[in-house]
Amino acid sequence: MKKVITGNHAVSFGAKLARVEVIAAYPITPQTEVVEKLSEIVSDGELAAKFIKVESEHSAMAACIGASVTGARAFTATSSQGLALMHEMLHWATGARVPIVMANINRTLGPPWNIWSEQTDSLSQRDTGWLQFYCENNQEILDTVIQAFKICEKVSLPGMICLDAFYHSHTSEVVDLPEQKSIDKFLPKYDPKYKLDINEPHTFGGLTSPEWYYELRYKIQSSMEDALGVISETGKEYAAITGRRYGLIDEYKTEDADEILITAGAMSQTAKEAVDLMREKNKKVGLLRIRTFRPFPKNEVRKIIKRAKSAGVIDRDISFGSEGIFFQEVKSALYRESARPPIYGFIAGLGGRDVTIDEIIKIAESMPKMARNNEFTWVGAKI
Amino acid sequence: MKLTIPEIEIMSSGHVACQGCGATLAFRYALKALGRETIVVIPACCWSIIDGPFPYSAAGVPLFHTAFETAGSTASGVRAALDIKGIDNVSVLAWAGDGGTMDIGIQALSGAVERGEDIIYVCYDNEAYMNTGIQRSSSTPYGAWTTTTPAKNFKTGPKKNMVEIMVAHKIPYTATANIAFPEDFIAKLKKAKSIKGPKFIQIISPCPAGWKFSSQLTIKLAKLSFEACVFPLYEVENSRYTVKKPNKKTDVREYLNLQGRFKHLNSDAMGLIQKNIDEEWGLLLKKERTSDEKCAETDAKA
Repeated sequence: MKKVITGNHAVSFGAKLARVEVIAAYPITPQTEVVEKLSEIVSDGELAAKFIKVESEHSAMAACIGASVTGARAFTATSSQGLALMHEMLHWATGARVPIVMANINRTLGPPWNIWSEQTDSLSQRDTGWLQFYCENNQEILDTVIQAFKICEKVSLPGMICLDAFYHSHTSEVVDLPEQKSIDKFLPKYDPKYKLDINEPHTFGGLTSPEWYYELRYKIQSSMEDALGVISETGKEYAAITGRRYGLIDEYKTEDADEILITAGAMSQTAKEAVDLMREKNKKVGLLRIRTFRPFPKNEVRKIIKRAKSAGVIDRDISFGSEGIFFQEVKSALYRESARPPIYGFIAGLGGRDVTIDEIIKIAESMPKMARNNEFTWVGAKI
Repeated sequence: MKLTIPEIEIMSSGHVACQGCGATLAFRYALKALGRETIVVIPACCWSIIDGPFPYSAAGVPLFHTAFETAGSTASGVRAALDIKGIDNVSVLAWAGDGGTMDIGIQALSGAVERGEDIIYVCYDNEAYMNTGIQRSSSTPYGAWTTTTPAKNFKTGPKKNMVEIMVAHKIPYTATANIAFPEDFIAKLKKAKSIKGPKFIQIISPCPAGWKFSSQLTIKLAKLSFEACVFPLYEVENSRYTVKKPNKKTDVREYLNLQGRFKHLNSDAMGLIQKNIDEEWGLLLKKERTSDEKCAETDAKA
């Protein structure tokens, strides 16, 4: 069924189709519509779920962990300061190996107060052991929420779906909602092997000495590595029922590209427009969109970039004292190659500043002329 | 006299508590009262260690160790999962120390009880951060030495009255308990189990290491805390107070003098403690009387 819905409601309908059993959430702009819609859905009896209206995001994540470790499919959504407040519990969810799925509406962190788009909030959580998916449009948001449950439940790790504040959250697009019946088949009921169960009592998360803690961290890393394959397989399975296929990355006209732009999230749609316009002028530019940031698809990124003359990573984020976070990751993926093209970093669109087609064209056009050792550039900053 | 303490032993030996630990006894009694149909959530506290290191556990029931400030919220999640699965014969017990309850955990606890979560929250109160080496908490009483309130600069504020904070939330059941009176504690837990909604019990659990007393005195000190009315035993059921009175109210000095944490106090300070206890005790008895009258009025109207 096709519906014109916002990115926020795409999250809500994704959670509904995934038949989440426990939702715990706290309101934060611009996430509020996600949980408002879910509240309606639950109170109308369209979804058999418990909705815990907690007193903070920290408690939202703690409640999701409690529910998930008791064997329920748990979901929450947040943004910005809320995600930052959850930080401790994000580590806890990973260590507890619970497949909670959460939507994060990418928004700036204050001060100063700013409610617009920026990916620094979720990228700051990159080392918490959560799978991270960055979506391009509302259809992908809905599809990714559903797939994330399947992926996370297979690898026993939590997952975060990232969408951009206002570009996605409050912008309506046509979204195709799959039939509940086909999703039920794709995503069976969550029934973990180990859970809090009075018939088989276990202790979870107790004191663990150096003798075993180390191995438990190794297991998290190997599950993350397994997730690379699981994401691809799940993408194929999902394509079989919906016709829409998603993987670790998304390639757009990269086969013969001399310059490759690298983006994540909503900006990728603008970048695709820019690529089309440049292609009309016979400029061989392509786009690589990072969809899965954790686990990071090193091989796929390496394979595509190494055949280009140069690559430019546009980051809507900044790791202060270092550089753009995607820029770091992409460079690191290429380190192993003896012959690698120069990779340039561009910071753009922080705090919801619009990143226009013209700016992206300028970025692509500047790349062939750049010095190989160029660190990174602030695009359009009034400095 | 027939004892009513259930024979069933759910908690096993092999735990790693200090000798004479009051909190260990408290947990043992709690499980005797609630039975095997219990899921426990434990935030950071002495019990994070007492339970034993991986792969061992002395609890005997499903147990989830959670972060320090999340006993109330994690327990809410467990309850929600049980509810959605239609499992209605299981008690969810949040088991936290005084720091995890009155300080860092108060927000999650307040949130959980305000939402009316059907959980039993037990705070085992040893009046300081004992697991991290005896630092003051908001439950540390006036006059006590801790590693962050040295004898020369002992704590001068009163112990936070968590029971009143819970009563102010208008929850159906709040009570205090004492490890020296296990039958009373068990009866209160059984009552808590039978009531739907949030239940809060604070149990005084003397700590030999933190209070600085010899480990054979745990029960004696717990008993004295009741007899001296330092830690009164009472219940508040839907706003009605019921206070258990000692046969003879003893001088607080007997209680204080057995503990190293108060040995620096002069007689003036001890006198002040006695005065405060007398006032608080008087106030509690007054609350019992007035709540009884109020409840009787309400009952008559109904």
